[in-house]
Amino acid sequence: VIRRVCVVLALTLVLCWPSFVGGESTSQTGGELHFCLRGEPKTFNPLLVEEDASETIRYLTGGVLIRLNRQTQVLEPGLAVSWKVSPDGRTIKFHLRSGLHFSDGTPFTSEDVAYTVKALMDPQLHSPTGDSFRSGEGQVDVQTPSLDTVVITFPAPVAGLERLFDQVAILSAHSQKKEMAVLGPFYVADYSPGSYVLLHRNPNYWKKDKEGKPLPYLDSIRLDIQRNRDIELLRFRRGEIHLINALDAEYFDRLQKETPAAAHDAGPGLDSEFMWFNQVPAAPLPEYKKNWFRTTEFRKAISMAINRADLSRIVYGGHAHPAFGPVSPANHFWFNAALPVPQYDSVGALRLLARAGFRLEDEMLRDSSGNRIDFTVITNSGNKSREQMATMIQQDLSQIGIKVNLVTLDFPSLIERMTRTYDYEACLLGLVNTDLDPNGQMNVWLSSAENHQWNPKQAKPATAWEAELDRLMRAQSSATNDKKRKSDFDKVQQIVAEQQPFIYLVNKDAMSAISPAVMGSSPSVLDPHAFWNAELLRLGADPALGAQK
Amino acid sequence: MNPLQKVAAIILCMIFVLMVFATILVPAPYARQFRDAPNAGPSTAHPLGTDALGRDSLSRLLYGTRVSLLLAPAAALLSTLIAALLGSAAGLLGGWFERIVLAVTDLSLALPWLFLLLTIRAMLPLDVPPMVSVIIAFLMMGLLGWQASVRVICAAARGIRDSDFLLLARSSGCKPARLLLRHVAPNLRPLFYAQFWISIPLFILTEANLSILGLGVMEPMPSWGNLLRGFEDFSAVAANPWRLVPLILLVIVVMSFQLVLPSQEVTQ
Repeated sequence: VIRRVCVVLALTLVLCWPSFVGGESTSQTGGELHFCLRGEPKTFNPLLVEEDASETIRYLTGGVLIRLNRQTQVLEPGLAVSWKVSPDGRTIKFHLRSGLHFSDGTPFTSEDVAYTVKALMDPQLHSPTGDSFRSGEGQVDVQTPSLDTVVITFPAPVAGLERLFDQVAILSAHSQKKEMAVLGPFYVADYSPGSYVLLHRNPNYWKKDKEGKPLPYLDSIRLDIQRNRDIELLRFRRGEIHLINALDAEYFDRLQKETPAAAHDAGPGLDSEFMWFNQVPAAPLPEYKKNWFRTTEFRKAISMAINRADLSRIVYGGHAHPAFGPVSPANHFWFNAALPVPQYDSVGALRLLARAGFRLEDEMLRDSSGNRIDFTVITNSGNKSREQMATMIQQDLSQIGIKVNLVTLDFPSLIERMTRTYDYEACLLGLVNTDLDPNGQMNVWLSSAENHQWNPKQAKPATAWEAELDRLMRAQSSATNDKKRKSDFDKVQQIVAEQQPFIYLVNKDAMSAISPAVMGSSPSVLDPHAFWNAELLRLGADPALGAQK
Repeated sequence: MNPLQKVAAIILCMIFVLMVFATILVPAPYARQFRDAPNAGPSTAHPLGTDALGRDSLSRLLYGTRVSLLLAPAAALLSTLIAALLGSAAGLLGGWFERIVLAVTDLSLALPWLFLLLTIRAMLPLDVPPMVSVIIAFLMMGLLGWQASVRVICAAARGIRDSDFLLLARSSGCKPARLLLRHVAPNLRPLFYAQFWISIPLFILTEANLSILGLGVMEPMPSWGNLLRGFEDFSAVAANPWRLVPLILLVIVVMSFQLVLPSQEVTQ
């Protein structure tokens, strides 16, 4: 009997052993991370991503050939072990990792890359990601000499070609699940429209940590769809969600007072706030006002008379920095460090205005024809920071005798005036910038571009400096040498600083909220700030915030 | 006047005096920014502290009181007059006229006014001085805020349409206009007053909401409406309770107006 009992016990132990020792191979111990999407994801197809919610899902689920490290801003191997761009900038050759599988088990080969690139460049698909690759007339040629080699040839040189692949999530050519089969750290396991998206750990993810443990650590991520930022913050404070990717200065300060360890300010981000004067020849404005706005000294004087340090300190509570120009210092490579630091100098501004024929009489600035200098700044209603900045600019400019009116408009009305009727004098807005490369700004600096806001869609450049901007932007976009591109784009920044078509005001800091329960976080200035290294995040217990493992 | 009414009258008089002499009494111009002291607490220099941009809160409150206490009642008067005229006539005359007035009222209530107001704002010129924008905002409220009152007044007028005193007046050959002005209107006066006083705080708050949409009083001009916008940040109010002063003042003013008014029994 004893022998029989021993045999049964031994058998039980043998049968149960895998579940005791091998538990980690099927489920991780990283827990479930919760955070919010600020809108409904419009698509799960990574090639059709246009908005933030879909971009978040693409980032967390998509496997890319080359990944931009959000902290070092250096390109790192992803699905490709190595790559090489030809000297003419038209061809890129990838060597792929072998033995990888999609989340559904389908093997990953060069055919998948070829399939993805062809879909990306398919004009019928209208892929916004594909637009960055369109360099000229003609077809993109994709060769797959072996299962782990891909050669892609574009009809014309593409500047910063390899960096663009950070946005291209590879699709499976053979999987039945199509875009739901992924190579990233997570896959979409469940989606309830209007409610949540549930991502599960991809058991076939290729990356391992330094100790050789499979990544990601987290078992799953639950993305609750929540548009209201107040509720998002409230839920964070209750411990119902673990992170907020982007925070306003006001929310940041509120959170910092309560839970200093959860509030993270990574320093100046890529976003900037700026104002500009309407220089459109057809604008329904008095001719004398158009003349002011076209005068370089006038624009430079306005720029000098604005106290950017006060804007950063008061409106953003110190969580912003005076802006130098179109590129934030956060963009390590492309920022022109030789640009002069913007200085507040109302006396210097008056000197500059006097040189241009303006004069101060009875504390009122007048032009050479005796017209009082006043203008109206429009901005979008409901944006407290912009309204406050405009109010502060009102006071700054009153010091040099300029009267500024402020009008806030709903966004559609604002866009209507900016892009169709041109019935405005000056506008204060911001730019959310996610792209480090200057090619992302082609639609701003080219005089023919729609977003060349001070005077858009010009048939030919209205001024010599705009013609020079066109030349430099085209030169940098067609050059393949980064040094040459940098030199050209430095000159662009120099011209913008001299001419002030956009008067850059501040660069907002990249702020995020991360629960102390989240381990392995390292907030960056590039988006996604809080979860760029999602595969390395895991949850520990944090009773203070109620986070659960 | 009972003692409570006297107290309310004194409070209102004091507020009006403060409003009139705001220019002399304020510690600093309402738009001046003391940038070294944003969000400061009460001090001798700034008795009610400063706002987020360092502007003196007392100065802004006094000027805001002037704007709101002059223009909100003006808008309320305009909307009540429209409502009184339409509602009394509809209730008294009945028939097709009443049906048309009520149909127009219902239609008007069903219109998406917010979008219409946004459209109106988009069509207005941009370079209007702040004071003109204030007047436009309150004028729009006065012209568009009568619908709810019309229904109430119409129902009340319908109630007295077949009353004995009107029957007597009609049988004596009284003309409809005289009936309306001499017999119906005095009987509905308490209702007009009520609608008028109810409209004032409503318009002040509407102005605050319109300011958020770019339709109300524009910076840097203060009004009770845009001072009340400070309550968006509740935690800041909890930390700086003196910021509740505009709200307290609004409550006091509305209550005082209600108390000073002759009650319905007295007017009848």
